[in-house]
Amino acid sequence: MLLTITSKTRPARDLGYLLRKHPDRFQSFELSFGVACVFYPAASDDECTVALYLDVDTVSLVRGKPASSDGGLVDAYVNDRPYVASSFLSVAIARVFTQGLNGRCDESGLAEAVRDLSATAMPVRCDDEALLKRLFEPLGYKVRSRPVGTAHAELTISASTTLQRLLNHLYVLIPVLDGFKHYWVGEEEVDKLFRFGKEWLPEHPEREFITKRYLKRAPSLAREAVSRLAAADDRVDPDVAPTRVAIEEPALERPMRLQERRMASVVSALRNVGARSVVDVGCGQGDLLTALVRDSHFERIVGTDVSAREMERGKARLEHVPMPSSRRECLALFQSSALYFDRRLNNVDAIALIEVIEHIEPDRLGALEEVIFGANKPRAIVVTTPNREYNVMFASLPANALRHTDHRFEWSRSEFQTWAEHVAARHGYAVTFEAIGDEDATVGPPTQMAVFQCA
Amino acid sequence: MRLSIPDFALVSLIGASGSGKSTFALKHFLETEIVSSDRCRALVADDEADQSSTRDAFDVLYTIVGKRLASRRLTVIDATNLRPEDRAKGIDIARKYHALPVAIVFDFPPELSVERNKGRANRPFGAKVVYDHVRLLRKSIKNLRREGYRTIYVLDDPAAIDDVTVVREPLYNDRRGESGPFDIIGDVHGCFEELTALLVKLGYAERTLGGKATWAHPDGRRAIFLGDLVDRGPGVLDVLRLVMSMVEAGTALCVPGNHERKLARKLNGKNVTVAHGLAETLAQLDTLPDGEREAFAAKTREFIDGLVSHYWLDGGKLVVAHAGLRADMQGRGSREVREFALYGETTGETDEFGMPVRYDWAKEYRGSAIVAYGHTPVPEVEWVNKTVCLDTGCVYGGSLTAMRYPELEFVSVAALRTYVEPVRPLVQPESSQIPAQSLADAMLDIEDVLGKRRIETRFGRPVMIPAENAAAALEVISRFCVDPRWLIYLPPTMSPSETSKREALLEHPDEAFAYYRNAGVQKVVLEEKHMGSRAVLVIARDEDSARRRFGVTSGDGVVMSRTGRAFFAGSEANLGAALIRRVRAALDKADFWNRLATDWVCLDAELMPWSAKAQELVDKQYAPVGEAAVAGLSAVADLLDVAASRGVESDGSFDRITARRAAAERYVAAYQRYVRPVDGVDDLRLAPFHLLATEGSVHTDKTHRWHMDELARICEYDAILTATPFREVELENEREVADAIAWWESLTSAGGEGMVVKPETFLARDKRGLVQPALKVRGREYLRMVYGPEYALPENMERLRERAVAGKRRLAMGEFTLGIEALHRFVEGKPLRSIHECAFGVLALESEPIDPRL
Repeated sequence: MLLTITSKTRPARDLGYLLRKHPDRFQSFELSFGVACVFYPAASDDECTVALYLDVDTVSLVRGKPASSDGGLVDAYVNDRPYVASSFLSVAIARVFTQGLNGRCDESGLAEAVRDLSATAMPVRCDDEALLKRLFEPLGYKVRSRPVGTAHAELTISASTTLQRLLNHLYVLIPVLDGFKHYWVGEEEVDKLFRFGKEWLPEHPEREFITKRYLKRAPSLAREAVSRLAAADDRVDPDVAPTRVAIEEPALERPMRLQERRMASVVSALRNVGARSVVDVGCGQGDLLTALVRDSHFERIVGTDVSAREMERGKARLEHVPMPSSRRECLALFQSSALYFDRRLNNVDAIALIEVIEHIEPDRLGALEEVIFGANKPRAIVVTTPNREYNVMFASLPANALRHTDHRFEWSRSEFQTWAEHVAARHGYAVTFEAIGDEDATVGPPTQMAVFQCA
Repeated sequence: MRLSIPDFALVSLIGASGSGKSTFALKHFLETEIVSSDRCRALVADDEADQSSTRDAFDVLYTIVGKRLASRRLTVIDATNLRPEDRAKGIDIARKYHALPVAIVFDFPPELSVERNKGRANRPFGAKVVYDHVRLLRKSIKNLRREGYRTIYVLDDPAAIDDVTVVREPLYNDRRGESGPFDIIGDVHGCFEELTALLVKLGYAERTLGGKATWAHPDGRRAIFLGDLVDRGPGVLDVLRLVMSMVEAGTALCVPGNHERKLARKLNGKNVTVAHGLAETLAQLDTLPDGEREAFAAKTREFIDGLVSHYWLDGGKLVVAHAGLRADMQGRGSREVREFALYGETTGETDEFGMPVRYDWAKEYRGSAIVAYGHTPVPEVEWVNKTVCLDTGCVYGGSLTAMRYPELEFVSVAALRTYVEPVRPLVQPESSQIPAQSLADAMLDIEDVLGKRRIETRFGRPVMIPAENAAAALEVISRFCVDPRWLIYLPPTMSPSETSKREALLEHPDEAFAYYRNAGVQKVVLEEKHMGSRAVLVIARDEDSARRRFGVTSGDGVVMSRTGRAFFAGSEANLGAALIRRVRAALDKADFWNRLATDWVCLDAELMPWSAKAQELVDKQYAPVGEAAVAGLSAVADLLDVAASRGVESDGSFDRITARRAAAERYVAAYQRYVRPVDGVDDLRLAPFHLLATEGSVHTDKTHRWHMDELARICEYDAILTATPFREVELENEREVADAIAWWESLTSAGGEGMVVKPETFLARDKRGLVQPALKVRGREYLRMVYGPEYALPENMERLRERAVAGKRRLAMGEFTLGIEALHRFVEGKPLRSIHECAFGVLALESEPIDPRL
């Protein structure tokens, strides 16, 4: 990865003083992840360019890392970390251009002087060129970019500004472009962001996005940073929706707080069928369980999920839900699969399958039916699933796309009702349907619910 | 005095404190067979006499008793057992585990106990307690039988206590010492002609034994009748005569059916409804002349009353009962066991014909013993979870069937005519196409996969699956895998050869050859490694075969990835279906089905191009890395060049950057070689390399040459099928080895993935067991896609050499044996859960964190 900074303000060779790097020497610096090299391709008084590149040690980068089960082989060993401008570059800026970044210079006045500066970072990660402009233009830069392959770009920004401001912006925004931190995001990251961004970040229209991406892996830290920024500038509303939403279900549906309405509908359906003991199959992180625990009508509450990891997260979340220990005894969580008969799910009043069926391959739904409806056979079963017809209402969702990458299908109202009526008939249930969320006259509600009761 | 007790029983000692129960128990039973309330008090409260802990002590006591009875061990409760409610608990737990309750009562004068207690520190209570005890005891004795005790001994002579002996007798049903051979015959229902025809067919002949006419087998085989000899058919009396004579002569065993039970009740003068064919039996009895009739009836009644409801045979490997028997009832005795053996269980519902719906115990059967039974007429004999129903509805015009044991062969004769029309048609229309085992298997049970597991295979050491791996596999299978009925095999991971000692190479054929040479393998097969994706194809000849053999309701084959996912899912599903059609057409043309006498096949193959599966990986990972690397390094090189031109020396950095750029360019070339657009099935190439299994055979007993030759025949019939280039190498032949190395070099210098080295035979063993079924030797360029663009730079290579293949090999071996075991179990027609256990195991092992670059 390469960063060049060019000054065209005479005497341009002053850049060497500002950075404390001699324009006619090649210098290298050992960093924990490799070597940073500094040299000047051009160094006249008209135009002076400093180049900083990183020679990242590709082998030590992956050493000692546990083999990742998520990304697998490629993610761990064949990745763009050694090549793409990332927080490595920020670390190098801080280590190698320390004076420049902090605006200190032995010769008075030099650091404060405004110059015609341009900087080129190459390659930067870029799935959306407009983002480059949204990040840098509010800071007064002219932004140019040239695509490098399909996912990267060469980014050039130029402005009349101080070197310190330029380095500050690059320090914070390069990792934001990359969206991936190479070291664990801890609380000091919040401090750094606050320190380097305090002059300009509160005013930046993309401040939320910047904060979130800078602290990508730690959403709670992002929340902390947002509120600290809000304190610095009370015009910021911490609850404001992010400008850019990823096309993923929770984000899509957030403005309506659909999940809460879904839980409320399910809880009242469960109450209406008189269920005292309930299993939430596919409980995920426990939204329904939390709602059930708060309602003393329910005497036994069981959550299962097919993902052991999700299960653990759910457990941890419920640990933090305050309740007396007697209530906690009513609650049980364990790993299970709706495609395998599990006798621990026998003898309950109701089973809830909330946003579960659409995550199952259509040709395996028969197994779920046999297990839940045929074998566990509780008195009542509540099933919710997205209503595909409603997808046109999500502006950010491309036509024909599903709401979540793991959805194997999404059903229209009639598809869902046909399925539900067929299942009910086969297994001796009566079924009724309910809408969840604001119903549109044409496309119906965002979520549909079927309540099965033993006939 | 001789106390005879069943060898599986719950013995309650009943008597006052100090009456000598514990002393008696220790003398006649193992210390571990005795569960004492005093001891349990001590366990929970450190004090045998602490009455405040009695409740907890009894919780512990009954827990221990329950565990012992569950594993069929005789157990003695050493407590006073004086109150009916105390004894009721014992009776309940005996019933629960079908153990016979036995009472041994110590009815001694209270003075004796008082005297004994005086000398004992842990009996701080006075004489009154003992007198109370004795009063309770005397009140109890007369009620014991009503309370449920089957065997009751009252010891009332303190002087004779030393003369008591306890003798353990096996239960009536316990015939574990008898191992046959047997011929087990299903419900006869008065079909005398068919019965004699069947006996003749089985090799039995009429003989006179002990002066009486009967039937016997010249080799000493014995018949076992599964009950329901009587009612409905025309020859009830002849059937009874024949069976009674054989049982009497010792050439047959017989268990009673529900029809015998009812007949006996009728003959005993009970008021029973004459229905379900009893009228025929009674009418036939009425044809007997007076005098003879009464004698025959009496003999029949006595015979039926003497029948034991089930037999537990051949070391516990065989159970016979009229209506079958659950595993937890076998070799045990209780009213519930007898009822089950006669009637089975019903769900309490009735079907559309008004008949009770039978609870399908066989579907859930998990026992290790074979259970042969009758009771429910079936159109055809079918195994379900080691159970087999031999009632093929002879009286309804079906056939009379016997099973030879231990051969497990079926012999039957067709009914001469339909004697009775069945109320419920024999053939269930909806399920007729799908085998009974598949119907029973439709639902997998989480208990069969979750938790820490130990899977026995036919290859020796069992494979252990840690619980957390099973948890991971459960998620993967539930979320991503094909229908488990198709999942009859998953391929193992493959280890690379050990790290090469040659400079600048991580892998080289030398090490693979050395491995097999050390294992005593003389000849190896080298197969070119196509850079594609592993694909397993399970293809049925047609939908009908798929339904019959796999029990699926739709579909006729699958193409799956090495982790059991549909290779072509979602919008690409059509491509998968098209590929299956093409392969099936080639199999048809190659006359494969007839030649191998099969209507399904399981193939292990490589599917190309790699990008067909990995396009997203190329787009999101490989290409961006390559583009970023080449562009970034080129830009740095250009600037260094500019700087050099104005005299800035870069300490060799320019050379280093250009070397890195060259590595990045070679990496781009490496992955691009495997990328090709796929617009339709014609753009795919399938290279099968193992013909894993067909009906009746797992072809791991063949050489790889056989596999290659068989598959090459098929590949001739379609251009999308590619035979895998291979060669055989004698490891002691230096010239062949040198040629093989040259071959590998030519493959890999052209950028090829490399080759796989396998022993000549599919399964090869050295003195420690199976050796690795295959080792991969990958090419230098290809490895850039695994180790990263710059792995081959000297300073990187030196560090990458430190890799250990042992863990990978252990994993490969476990997965290999499980995969082959799964195929064997499928070929043998084992229940789905037993096949699934292995496939699940492979996936579970795959979740083990091992360096994925190996």
